[in-house]
Amino acid sequence: MDNIAGKKSGLTWAVHLATLLLVLLWLFPTVGLLVSSFRTADQISSSGWWASLFPTERNVVMRAADPDDFRVADDDLFVVSGNLFDEDPTVSVATISVWGTSSREISQYTAGETADLGDGATITVQANGDYEWRGPDGEISGRGQRVFATIEAAPEFTLANYEQVLLSGNSTDSMAKAFFNTLTVTIPATIIPIVVAAFAAYALAWMEFPGRALLIAAVVGLLVVPLQLALIPLLKLHLGIGIGKGYLGVWLAHTGFGLPLAIYLLRNYMVGLPRDIIECAKVDGATDFQIFTKIILPLSFPALASFAIFQFLWTWNDLLVAKVFLIDATGETTVMTNQIVELLGTRGGNWEILATAAFVSIAVPLVVFFAMQRYLVRGLLAGSVK
Amino acid sequence: MNPAIQGLITIVLGVGGCIAYFYLSNQFLDKVLFPARGANAGRNINRANMIRPWLFLFPALFALGLYLAYPVVETLRLSLTDRDQGGAFVGLANYQQMFSETKFWEAMRNNMLWLIVVPALSTAFGLLAAQLTDRIRWGNLAKSLIFMPMAISFVGAAVIFKLIYDARPIDQEQIGILNAIYLGLGGTEPQQWLTIPFWNNFFLMIVLIWIQTGFAMVILSAALRGIPEETIEAAIVDGANPFQIFFKIKVPQIMGTIVVVWTTITLVVLKIFDIVFAMTNGQWETQVLANYMYDKLFRASDWGVGSASAIVIMLLVTPILVWNVYNARKEMR
Repeated sequence: MDNIAGKKSGLTWAVHLATLLLVLLWLFPTVGLLVSSFRTADQISSSGWWASLFPTERNVVMRAADPDDFRVADDDLFVVSGNLFDEDPTVSVATISVWGTSSREISQYTAGETADLGDGATITVQANGDYEWRGPDGEISGRGQRVFATIEAAPEFTLANYEQVLLSGNSTDSMAKAFFNTLTVTIPATIIPIVVAAFAAYALAWMEFPGRALLIAAVVGLLVVPLQLALIPLLKLHLGIGIGKGYLGVWLAHTGFGLPLAIYLLRNYMVGLPRDIIECAKVDGATDFQIFTKIILPLSFPALASFAIFQFLWTWNDLLVAKVFLIDATGETTVMTNQIVELLGTRGGNWEILATAAFVSIAVPLVVFFAMQRYLVRGLLAGSVK
Repeated sequence: MNPAIQGLITIVLGVGGCIAYFYLSNQFLDKVLFPARGANAGRNINRANMIRPWLFLFPALFALGLYLAYPVVETLRLSLTDRDQGGAFVGLANYQQMFSETKFWEAMRNNMLWLIVVPALSTAFGLLAAQLTDRIRWGNLAKSLIFMPMAISFVGAAVIFKLIYDARPIDQEQIGILNAIYLGLGGTEPQQWLTIPFWNNFFLMIVLIWIQTGFAMVILSAALRGIPEETIEAAIVDGANPFQIFFKIKVPQIMGTIVVVWTTITLVVLKIFDIVFAMTNGQWETQVLANYMYDKLFRASDWGVGSASAIVIMLLVTPILVWNVYNARKEMR
């Protein structure tokens, strides 16, 4: 509609470009973290992650192998041969473009050329790093010949960070335990409020009783009560009745905090179900309990899924509730968000650990997000556009 | 006991318990208390139907009351008492102490900044993204990608943006993109962005804007699609240009939704804790109310002042609460 009367091409291009720009801007931060999690500590601290996507050109100094150990006799000359990159563990896959034998002329020769070192000694360096250093006894001795080279290194990525963070890391770095702890918090905290809320939502949607409107209004009001208010009273309550800090406490807390949204979403959805079905069932003698379990619950699946995703994302990503109700002084029950905050404090400079740990915690919600986006959007629309 | 097994048992007990409760209580009501037979069958059915809603509602009401309604009252009471004096009533002393702290006013000032900037920019970017992606072929893909940060935790986002804001000494290669760009554009010295008072607040806000824009976009995009085509066609016939159509025809028609988005993001902002906690922990003048409260409650163990600041957050939320309830009631009529 926007593109009537000859304005089409210019504006359409602008729209495409602007959208692309916006998407890239929004994607860029996450990609940075993802790329960083596949780089080694050295790589991360020596160049920005964006540089790692392209072959990098840099100047290095390398040395031929020690002639005292490696030289072999060839007629009256001695030869040391091998690959320059073998001597330098920081470079693995690279190509030499130009090289030199003195720091003043580092681009004197191109790959494959032979340099005259004087006194009958020569060295030949190939693009892949192979060299042959040849000369009389007196020259092929002492330390290995230095080679100054400009190399082009291909992008290089490693899974070592994930191995360290998930499998072998020491207890402060390890995310494996925190991952399972998070899972342990999340699943009951997602399922239990759904059951409790579904019954209440049915009552609020389809049963007639005095005070119903008031209760619905109360749920809408509780929807926005900041959970900050609940921290101290509930912690006192939990400590008082013996639950203390632990999984039971955090499950109960998440259930309580998730209920208003659950009831609100489910009720709004259930109210929209066709009245005929329910009345027919009633005429046929079905009880409310039967109507609920056999008719309403299956029909409400989209709303149940919406809320389940919300609650899952919320409990998985939560830090505050876990810190207050779950994590005790031993730290045995730490969740991933808390683990990452602690890593930020203790290993603030170790980006390879931080990025990997963060990505481990982000990965599951992202999978859920992309798999169930439809329900998430539907839930959002039901929750706020009314 | 292994927590995973404990979790499994809890699921079974929780879900099973709920279902058993609902089933058995309904059975009890119908078969024992008010059986639908005998002389008073009709009266009994009516009575049972009067009680049944409350059976369905009870667990939810109990949990809501205990976990949300009771804490509001209890926090209010705690804010008027002093823990060190054994919980004695001290009137408004906690509030007086809080109001005399500069850190509190810093948190208030920052929260107000957040309240203005984040909802405004998130809604604006969301509206822009919704309009841009509305009529292009790869719009849904673009939407997904802009919406994606919604799934990322505040803590994860904090790590992501800490990498962006990272600063290295001038003689080293910059690994934070912001400093790389800053130096590329002629900056002389790498900046520690998060330690520059006042402006660092905005660097923290960017994180939340990044997360919330997708939410705003999804809702506003649905609203834009709901606009009647005739109004736009009429505007085109009258010779309106695309910008006039957007600002004079479309935006006024979705004003209600914009307000809803704005207030929803406002609620998130009022409770913002994780981002500040993970990125600066309130240092360098970036304190916000929720983090101030956490500091008071769990570091200073001052439950009185902590509760008082929680009540301040509640008071700031109250207008939105009232407005929401008012709208919900209006709809139900």
